[in-house]
Amino acid sequence: MAFFIFESSQGEYVMKKILSGNEAIARGAFEAGVSFVSAYPGTPSTEILQTVANEYPAIHAEWTPNEKVALEVAAGASYAGARCMAVMKHVGVNVAADPLMTLPYTLIRGGLVLVSADDPELFSSQNEQDNRHYARFAKIPMLEPSTSQEAKDFMIEAVRISEEFETPVMLRTTTRISHSMGVVELGRENGCRTPSLERHPAEWVMLPANARARHPVIEERIWSLRACSDASPLNFMEMGSPKLGIISSGVAYQYAKEAFPDASFLKLGLSYPLPEELIRKFAAQVDDLWVVEELDPFMEEQVKAMGIDCHGKDRLSLCGELNPDIIRNAITGREPEDAALPDLPPRPPSMCPGCPHRSMLWALKRNKCFIAGDIGCYTLGFLPPLSAIDTCLCMGAGINHAHGMATVFGPGKEKIAAVIGDSTFYHSGITGLLNLAYNKGAALIVILDNSTTAMTGAQDHPGTGVTVRGERNVNLDLETLVRALGIGWVKTVDPYDVKQTRKDVKEALEFEGPSVIISKAPCVLLKSRKVPGRPLTVDTDVCTGCKVCIGLGCPAIEFRDEKAHINEMCVGCGVCADLCAPGAIGGEK
Amino acid sequence: MNVLMTGVGGQGIILASDMLSEVMMRSGCDVKKSEIHGMAQRGGSVMSHVRFAERVDSPLIPFGGCDILLSFEELEAARYLRYLKKDATVIINRYRLAPPAVVSGSRTYPDVVPIIREKTPNIHLVPGSAIAEEMGNARGVNIILLGALSALLDPPESAWYDAINSMLKEKIRAANIEGFKRGRQIQIQ
Repeated sequence: MAFFIFESSQGEYVMKKILSGNEAIARGAFEAGVSFVSAYPGTPSTEILQTVANEYPAIHAEWTPNEKVALEVAAGASYAGARCMAVMKHVGVNVAADPLMTLPYTLIRGGLVLVSADDPELFSSQNEQDNRHYARFAKIPMLEPSTSQEAKDFMIEAVRISEEFETPVMLRTTTRISHSMGVVELGRENGCRTPSLERHPAEWVMLPANARARHPVIEERIWSLRACSDASPLNFMEMGSPKLGIISSGVAYQYAKEAFPDASFLKLGLSYPLPEELIRKFAAQVDDLWVVEELDPFMEEQVKAMGIDCHGKDRLSLCGELNPDIIRNAITGREPEDAALPDLPPRPPSMCPGCPHRSMLWALKRNKCFIAGDIGCYTLGFLPPLSAIDTCLCMGAGINHAHGMATVFGPGKEKIAAVIGDSTFYHSGITGLLNLAYNKGAALIVILDNSTTAMTGAQDHPGTGVTVRGERNVNLDLETLVRALGIGWVKTVDPYDVKQTRKDVKEALEFEGPSVIISKAPCVLLKSRKVPGRPLTVDTDVCTGCKVCIGLGCPAIEFRDEKAHINEMCVGCGVCADLCAPGAIGGEK
Repeated sequence: MNVLMTGVGGQGIILASDMLSEVMMRSGCDVKKSEIHGMAQRGGSVMSHVRFAERVDSPLIPFGGCDILLSFEELEAARYLRYLKKDATVIINRYRLAPPAVVSGSRTYPDVVPIIREKTPNIHLVPGSAIAEEMGNARGVNIILLGALSALLDPPESAWYDAINSMLKEKIRAANIEGFKRGRQIQIQ
């Protein structure tokens, strides 16, 4: 989006731009002189690296196969003296937790910022964990912006704190910060640091003797950061009526401000470690003290541990996101308005018309498989009428579920399969498949290779060989990789060929030992898609109303007046036509 | 002023709400906008909150706080009634996209106008999709509806063209300006 120039009251010109929280973080990285950014796509964090790649060509940007890699490469850049940022969604930090817990023991040279984008309300996630605990767990400072302007400004402050205290810093957003847009006043670029090679073995080689010596360093550091938190301009009081005092951070602060514009606020931007003196001062000045925060009572428990009585999770839910109405009702004690909502047909997300996952899931179901799922668009195959996904836990878990189950059942008892997308496979499926081969597993693993990271909006990955800036660097052969891991039965299939796919699935299931099917067809949202894009038609005189096509759960097939009808969303993949026994579905396939 | 845009993932709601935000920022307002990306985009129900005033705190419109609801699809106009102010203006694009339960035949597509009328009498059904079809680009419905909405807001017509010119690539500007004009001609009182 173009920026717009305003004349300020002092006659100076300021550049303003409407930015999402994610775009503002990317801008903040640019202004802070960050020169290295790594990330794995994950809603709501994805647009940060995309913005860096598209708008700030001087910054090195890379998609990494997973979040652990993202944090470790950023650490390397920091050790070399560059300012850097590693970006991930909340559950991605679990994958990066191994380096995260020891990284603070080591000497941080170039400012290192870990961006964790949490997802209260689970708009696009498998859980709603509160990653503020990671800051406390890893003993690193944490900043929580409340607006896009703060997202940009706090990114710069995070780099500064990181270098001053030689520690990683966490910048924590939530979906409503990352994906909300607001007006941001732009600043200037501060200039990068030139990398230089140094050796700090006592601070960088974390074997027991060195790590033992470093542990007191991080304890002392987090202690001294308390004073920094008390003095930080990011933490401030806004005194209104002394009757109600609200301690808050992140988007919850904005909601509380909307609900109680006249109350007193202690607004926390540097929310770990908490500013204890400031909290005591604020608490002494207000009658009724509340801590308003989404998810866990992270701040509330610490305030209570200081011996200060307050309200919070006694009235506010631990689950879901907050909004101004929820906060108003909780604090005033008013019952929420019983708004009788109309009973409308729901509209959940679904796999797209022509999605190549659909026919593969259908083929597995027709072969009566138990289907362990994974994280990706195919998880939507859980929805009826397809109802084809039986488990979904976390990235890479499906292969391991299938192996565990198939092993305890023993050969020939149950048909156990797993499906995993290509990006998810490179993220954390490879080790599971290696284990399956190594421990003589018997499950059928289907890699749904649609040549992209589809759910987050089509990002490239090592399997496509194309970088975030569109450079083709490697040509990875998935079939060769799978064989190299020790899998003997491997076949690449075209999922749009329904009959052959069903036969191949049957053969793979009959094979004694582990088998892998690579279901290869590009995502229908990609330009390289195979489907023609022209809708098919139903001859209603021939249609018997058997509903076999309806079983695919394709949004383009409607059932009215006892017949199937195909709407304009159809892209002509032809899977329904192949299944139609009377041959009622036609048109140019 | 609080504007809620609703519809189905893929209808171009995000671009329309981006453009509204840009115009209001240029007219000197504080602007905040919130919506959900990711899983919700796969044909699911979507909404975008746009708020503008001298100062805006929450990026979410409070329940009962929405002045104008612009729905890109009929059913989606009725899904978020809790947000409407009494007597809010509701603009509904005449376009029905059957949700899964209707597709499979287990539910019927409801008539939403009587449901919304219980909340507000100011309901305007507009032929956005029909105009887009007529202009030969079904995807252009977002700019047509934005044009219809623009007539209810303060910024002059030229402010919208400035935003279109600065936000869109040159080769699609003329078609978008044409669509915007057609939308603005729809008279909404």
